[in-house]
Amino acid sequence: MKRTLLSFILVFFAVSSFAQQTFPVNGSYDIRQGLYAFTNANIVVNASQTIKNGTLLIKGQLIHAAGAGITVPKGYVVIDLKGKFIYPSLIDPFTAYGVPETPGTAGGPRQSIFTSTKQGAYGWNEAIRPETHVNTLFTSDSKKADELRKAGFGSVNVVNRNGIARGTSAAVSLSGERENNSMLNPKSAANYSFNKGTSQNDYPSSLMGSIALLRQTYYDAAWYGKQKEEYNISLEEFNAQQNIPQLFEADGWQNILRADKIAKEFGKQYIIKSNGDEYQRVDAVKATGASLIIPLDFTKAYDIADTVEARNISLAQMKAWEMAPANPAALEKAGIRFSLTAFGLDNVKDFWPNIRTAILYGLSEKQALMAITEIPAAMIGIAGKTGSLEKGKLANFIITSDSLFKKDNVIEENWVQGKRFILDKNDKKEQKDSLNKVIAKAEAAKAPAIGELIYPFTAFGNRTSLKQETVLLKNATVWTNEKEGVLENTDVLLENGKIKSVGKNLSAGNAKIIDATGKHITAGLIDEHSHIAGTGGINEGSQSNSAEVRIADVINSEDVSIYRQLAGGVTTSQILHGSANPIGGQSQLIKLRWGKLPEELKFAGADGFIKFALGENVKQSNFGTGARFPVTRMGVEQTFVDDFTRAKEYKAAISKKGNNVRRDLELDAIAEILDNKRFITCHSYVQSEINMLMHVADSIGFKINTFTHILEGYKMADKMKARGINASTFSDWWAYKMEVAEAIPYNGKIMHNVGVTTAFNSDDAEMARRLNQEAGKAVLYGDVPEEDALKFVSLNPAKMLHIDDKVGSIKVGKDADVVIWSDHPLSIYTKAEKTFVDGIAYWDIERDAELRKAQAAERAGLIKKMQDNKKPGDKTQRPQSDRPRIYHCETIEDYAAELNDLERNHAHE
Amino acid sequence: MIWKGTMLMNKYIITCFIFALALKGMAQANIAPAGKQKKKTIVMGAKLHLGTGKVIEIGYLIFDEGKITGVGDATVARIDISSMEVITANGKHVYPGFISPVTNLGLSEFEAVKATLDFTEIGNFNPHIRSLIAYNTDSKVPATVRSNGVLMAQITPQGGIISGSSSVVQLDAWNWEDAAIKKDNAMHMTWPAAPRAGTGGSRAQLNTDALKERTQRSISELEQLFSEAKAYAEIPKPETSNPRLAAMRHLFDGKQKLFITANAEKDILAAVNFAKKYGIVPVIKGGDEAHLITGFLKENNIAIIIKQPHSLPSNNDDDVNLPYKRAGILANAGINVVISIDDYWQQRNLPFMAGTAAAWGVDREKALQMISLNTARILGIDQSAGSLEIGKDATFFISAGDALDMKTNKVETAFIQGRNINLDNLHKQLDRKFSDKYNSGKK
Repeated sequence: MKRTLLSFILVFFAVSSFAQQTFPVNGSYDIRQGLYAFTNANIVVNASQTIKNGTLLIKGQLIHAAGAGITVPKGYVVIDLKGKFIYPSLIDPFTAYGVPETPGTAGGPRQSIFTSTKQGAYGWNEAIRPETHVNTLFTSDSKKADELRKAGFGSVNVVNRNGIARGTSAAVSLSGERENNSMLNPKSAANYSFNKGTSQNDYPSSLMGSIALLRQTYYDAAWYGKQKEEYNISLEEFNAQQNIPQLFEADGWQNILRADKIAKEFGKQYIIKSNGDEYQRVDAVKATGASLIIPLDFTKAYDIADTVEARNISLAQMKAWEMAPANPAALEKAGIRFSLTAFGLDNVKDFWPNIRTAILYGLSEKQALMAITEIPAAMIGIAGKTGSLEKGKLANFIITSDSLFKKDNVIEENWVQGKRFILDKNDKKEQKDSLNKVIAKAEAAKAPAIGELIYPFTAFGNRTSLKQETVLLKNATVWTNEKEGVLENTDVLLENGKIKSVGKNLSAGNAKIIDATGKHITAGLIDEHSHIAGTGGINEGSQSNSAEVRIADVINSEDVSIYRQLAGGVTTSQILHGSANPIGGQSQLIKLRWGKLPEELKFAGADGFIKFALGENVKQSNFGTGARFPVTRMGVEQTFVDDFTRAKEYKAAISKKGNNVRRDLELDAIAEILDNKRFITCHSYVQSEINMLMHVADSIGFKINTFTHILEGYKMADKMKARGINASTFSDWWAYKMEVAEAIPYNGKIMHNVGVTTAFNSDDAEMARRLNQEAGKAVLYGDVPEEDALKFVSLNPAKMLHIDDKVGSIKVGKDADVVIWSDHPLSIYTKAEKTFVDGIAYWDIERDAELRKAQAAERAGLIKKMQDNKKPGDKTQRPQSDRPRIYHCETIEDYAAELNDLERNHAHE
Repeated sequence: MIWKGTMLMNKYIITCFIFALALKGMAQANIAPAGKQKKKTIVMGAKLHLGTGKVIEIGYLIFDEGKITGVGDATVARIDISSMEVITANGKHVYPGFISPVTNLGLSEFEAVKATLDFTEIGNFNPHIRSLIAYNTDSKVPATVRSNGVLMAQITPQGGIISGSSSVVQLDAWNWEDAAIKKDNAMHMTWPAAPRAGTGGSRAQLNTDALKERTQRSISELEQLFSEAKAYAEIPKPETSNPRLAAMRHLFDGKQKLFITANAEKDILAAVNFAKKYGIVPVIKGGDEAHLITGFLKENNIAIIIKQPHSLPSNNDDDVNLPYKRAGILANAGINVVISIDDYWQQRNLPFMAGTAAAWGVDREKALQMISLNTARILGIDQSAGSLEIGKDATFFISAGDALDMKTNKVETAFIQGRNINLDNLHKQLDRKFSDKYNSGKK
């Protein structure tokens, strides 16, 4: 009750200073003059212009004049602001003000809803909803408007945070007037995200699916403009909103890069709302050229009262707590254009303490002011109306007791469209109290010391990027994987990221010498089947064919699995889509360059691959509703026949009609297979299905590059050999599913003996750390000669990935991807002591020991700092373990549900 | 061969026994259990890994009627072998049969096929559940496991808070009755631990307080159950019998062991202290954070069955090689360590788990103990198994090389209670079937 009353009092002063022309009035009109003069004020027109002792005249909802020495005309109510300041009201470019909060997706098992349930001539997927317009949904919310005004906001951009293409947002004022009058820009921006929101459709379930869907939508929209067969409101609306600002809600710097990649692909430039971790890779963020909208919801301190629980906090979490307040300063320093938003704060009231914290950490006051006035105004297309105090603009301003960012300043009044809102004593006290918190933290005016960035931003990250060196590895047993075989007492010289020479008693020159006496050197190991370093799900299993999704879009450079596998001698991994559907997504080959950006991990110049799958997973024997076709091996065959037949027809159509054919990214990928430009890695188990796919391939005319898993390959080895198909299998896995009832550890040996190029792979973040031991099992089961066994995890996967000209053996001219082992490389007793990729020792067992020591000390320091900084009543969060996400072939993840969970958890802290 | 013992002993050899490898031509995956030992046998010239931490470089091992009757240094011993079968194993290695602790081997055939899964009963408190009677001697898995030297296993139920009793079996039997070495040797319990939040992929989680409350409620229920069971055990003939309480009787007189799964430091402490209240010294299974409280564990004489060393660190920031090093860290702190491995079908990799421990900080013979004598001790079968010592069962195998390394683990001959077991298995049969197909194609 008290609250309602309060807001009532607040708006009491100005009944109405402007009329709504089209609305009838019950009773006599009561239109006020709305003429006010504010005198003797310091008028901050914008971040670079202040009028001292000036006068501001407003007339109705507009500013009439602002300047020094202005004579106040008659009829004006004069308000003397001696010693006080007038600033433009704040603008928040990203809010959900006045639209219903988007309910999170329900989660739970898939519903098997394949196309839109929405009535009408809309698009096929509910996540693409550009037909949604906030100007038609928006209703003023007096309670929220009040909260925002108290923090100094005068106008906001309203985003309906639902879907991947979300339709248009609207910029509105916080006047509290009828929507007709508070609408400042009814179509301020077209909005996007990677979160499918409330869409009930199964597709997309993964981040790469979201990306693929958005990409396809751009193509569909382009096609739609040229065709006459289909009426589609969604695509029509999508096209209609391409010439207004494009606003993308992404979370985190990696998603900024992902969003920007799409933008560049389609000639767009997004404004990106991110989550405040951009300081971790500020250069990469800057390189996108995107303007950003940055939240101020800095990572809260962790509750560390319980020291045992405190162990669960990761170094990355603690460093984020320490460094996040410096994010705005880092962005300013980098010259990135950005706005600030109150979005994400538990309470709008935290906006001021947090912005001042950001200033304390180095953000300039000028930049801060621009980031809450001019820049957001420009971003959402209302710069002509507000954001500065110039004649003709809206009378949206705040009156403050002092300079805006000063210690004791309070916001006294907030005028919105000429309507006055006075903040009462309680409000002012609250402002002061919250600010005192910040000020207490900053005893000195100096920016608090923060730790150094590490790359990647996680434990085992390095402060400086590791250098490529010229290194001479002396006197080792070298497993060349070439016709020279195993060479004793041999040196290997690495230079410029390549193997420069191999031989006895090589001269060192300027090279750093590493004595490898008694040790073994092999080529870096290659994992043909891996699911590490991905994010947002590695299965888009919601359709039987998802050839359009690309692992390339979701590479995660911060995954600790990269480091863990370097520690096991792995240097190259093929990151595959999962096996939930017959035609999965496009693979990405990476090198394990720990600390580099996602794009920099990619293996340059490698051929494109795609994942296919057969058997229990694709027929969903052990998951799903059983409603998605196919559910038998018979159906699996027809899926391939159909998809390839369509792709052939698609190719034929393109050759005839060219660009008039609707570009279909799914068929593009299949067509690439037909053209020998993309290569198949097919997950497979039993002989019937292996045989089937070989026959489908023969009859349609495409090649199978590799059967992966291929646990009954030993039953089909001669047929595979005849077709030149490679095999990448497990050493000894079986019995986990019905289809591995006859999986045997002699599989690798038999295929190898028949002449099939054979590899052992991991499909497992743990096993990948000891692929050499898996190769050792080829010796155990079947007496494969040791040199051949080692090739199972090095040269042979290189061959099947078409990169054996670059990696896979110790040969002059190949990449300097080599491992120094303490012992025989196939032995259980061996350890990878150093793992080089491109001549850089990303893994070094000695450096690792030092790093662990230093990072343990840093952790202890951060915990102490949290203890020291803790004030009674501070909000803290419970330690949450930050375990890496481990994906397998069968991992089904609902990306949207995960995002919603994250947001919910955050809100519940 | 190069060893001197040959020279010394040659004159005692009367019969020259040519030993054949596994029987060929088995058409069925089911391989018949071997018959009883008929003749006193001596294995000569092998390196004997006793399982006690000791090694005899060139040794002899004599066994008769299923029991070991002699072990020693062949370079100095003089033995009349005229009445014995002689197995010459010069340069080879002899190990006590390895023992898989806490496994659902034989209780499961295909992980994804529900009809084949017999290791998790419904309900949270199932002390009356017994694994032994579901142990399937006709499973195709055990034969693949013993081919790598694992000859015994503790068949263990899972699930709930008290899962029931395990039994120890040997892996060459007609039926579970024959297989049993020690029935109902241990009761298995999982300490109620609040799941750690935010492990990714979490969905609509209860908040932390609710989770803690739920955990506390489970612990209270456990306390109630144990208190009542202890009291029940004191009544010779209860008026109303209770199978659950009755099944727990031997926890209190020491005839049955208590195994508690606990991983976090707090949970291990709580679990040990809980058991202590009832006069029980538990065995801890899991022990992810056991290395942080070695003093406490040693003080309370707690043995730890660690998870497979081939696992990922549980925290992002953990030493990437911590799972490899854990056995060594604990053993070097004086803790009795046993190594386990997940998944029934992975049990054949148990030897390599010990090999990993050896690579990362444990003496090789000590690592071997972690899958033999240490295991036998905590299972309560060390009187008859776990090491090559006189009086124990002749359950051992001969490997061409170091059995802890996959590169050299070549189990050529294996004996269970003196019975020369058939080392064939489904995988070898399928290998032969298809290798023959391709080989005959070549000819």
